[in-house]
Amino acid sequence: METLLEIKDLSKSFDLHNLGKHIRAVSHVDIQLNEGEFIGITGKSGSGKSTILKCIYGAYRIQQGSIWYHSKKFGRINLAEASERQMLYLRKHEIGYVSQFLNVMPRTTARQLVQQAILEMGESKSFAEKETEKILTHFELDQELWDSYPTTFSGGEKLRLNIARAMVKKPRLLLLDEPTASLDHDSKIKVKLLIEQLMNEGTTMLGIFHDLEFMNHLVNREYNMQNGVFS
Amino acid sequence: MTEFEVPVLSVKNLNKQYGPGCPHCKEGESETLVKNYCQVCGTVYACRDVSFDVFPGEVLGIVGESGSGKSTLMQCLYFDQEVTAGAAFVRSYENGEKNLFQESSQQQRYIRNHIMGKVYQNPLLGLRMNFSSIGNIAEKLIAAGSNHVGMMESRGTELLNKVNIPVHRRKEAPKYFSGGMQQRVQIAKALSNNPPVLLLDEVTTGLDLSVQASVLDLIKSLQRELNISIVLVSHDLGVIRMLADRTLVMLEGKVIEEGLTDQILEDPQHPYTQQLVHSLL
Repeated sequence: METLLEIKDLSKSFDLHNLGKHIRAVSHVDIQLNEGEFIGITGKSGSGKSTILKCIYGAYRIQQGSIWYHSKKFGRINLAEASERQMLYLRKHEIGYVSQFLNVMPRTTARQLVQQAILEMGESKSFAEKETEKILTHFELDQELWDSYPTTFSGGEKLRLNIARAMVKKPRLLLLDEPTASLDHDSKIKVKLLIEQLMNEGTTMLGIFHDLEFMNHLVNREYNMQNGVFS
Repeated sequence: MTEFEVPVLSVKNLNKQYGPGCPHCKEGESETLVKNYCQVCGTVYACRDVSFDVFPGEVLGIVGESGSGKSTLMQCLYFDQEVTAGAAFVRSYENGEKNLFQESSQQQRYIRNHIMGKVYQNPLLGLRMNFSSIGNIAEKLIAAGSNHVGMMESRGTELLNKVNIPVHRRKEAPKYFSGGMQQRVQIAKALSNNPPVLLLDEVTTGLDLSVQASVLDLIKSLQRELNISIVLVSHDLGVIRMLADRTLVMLEGKVIEEGLTDQILEDPQHPYTQQLVHSLL
């Protein structure tokens, strides 16, 4: 199996100048993720799990270590050294990120939000419209909500929309940052079905979970984090 | 790292100083400077070695406090001010091989009329307040070489429609419009020659929230539809967060930090950027 992502000796800390503080979030982490694999990371909150995902996605700057990603467009690329434009390209086309928080454009409806995600990849408008309806239906988002602003949605609805938006792109690598936190049982099953479907289609995933029961049925391997290192 | 794309606009080591400079503050780097001001000769170093690239279809945000040099930078790029030193290249002009700042004023006028559009914070600078709104657009079209009245009329109407100015008000002068409407007329005017690069200087500053929202939505939809590249200057991180793909942070005339917008917001490095982000409501 090909390696899709290889994290080598990743460390990340934060210097809060105004408070005179230095916070070490992650120390010397190594992860190897093969194509088609699903790896889960567990650990207490504050143990540094999300930091790893944010380093991969480029929301945090990588100061030490390397993250080698096998890109369709750029070949083998160290995300620690990728240009901003390369990261933006990868986010649009190859790497997806789902967090428990929906960060949306104000005054954009649920339907527009999902459509834009598809259009970004260069798909046609009619395709985007069709796929959007398909995925919103799959997640049983009430039809009345499709043309409403997500700011008025409940937590569960927001999350389902968030996942729908990331999954509709069928990214090569999907980062899941506690995607099932605060979901009810039915919604969890929906998410699970879609994750399974993506796995069957060959999407590689790296996920953080609190819900160990949910995770155990899905992942191929798991790591446990404590204080920024794997235990 | 070599890029996989070609920039639309490339700015290299742009410097702008007000004042002659003296042996004490030469190059704007000496320790006698208070911030970017020389106490000996009174020279202000408004932009110091500013370099950046703008790529096709992206929004580049520039954020910084008042006096950080953002507007001076935009004025230099639109030839409202003469640079002290530096270079800028636009791909659609002479294949991106000629330094715009060294072109004749006639050529610079050509570039303003054909390749760039600018929207000012103050509509008085971007519009003729006594002309009709559609006349303002026609002015820019004429400058860009148009001479067919019917075509200008229909293009003007189309543009005003796009920025949600009611057709029946197209012949009214902007001085009778609200601030938000004036900004939208300015945007229509700036877009009239299909510029590959649009410069937006604090376009929503001073507008009330709902009007600000409508202007921001307009910018976002235009950018998506027309795929123009936008340089967006704002001191408002909320605006930057909503619109910019990448962001530069300026302080005292220098770019002190740059990155993906979420990098700037979630993992700011420079003490000033941290302070700025933590000031966000």
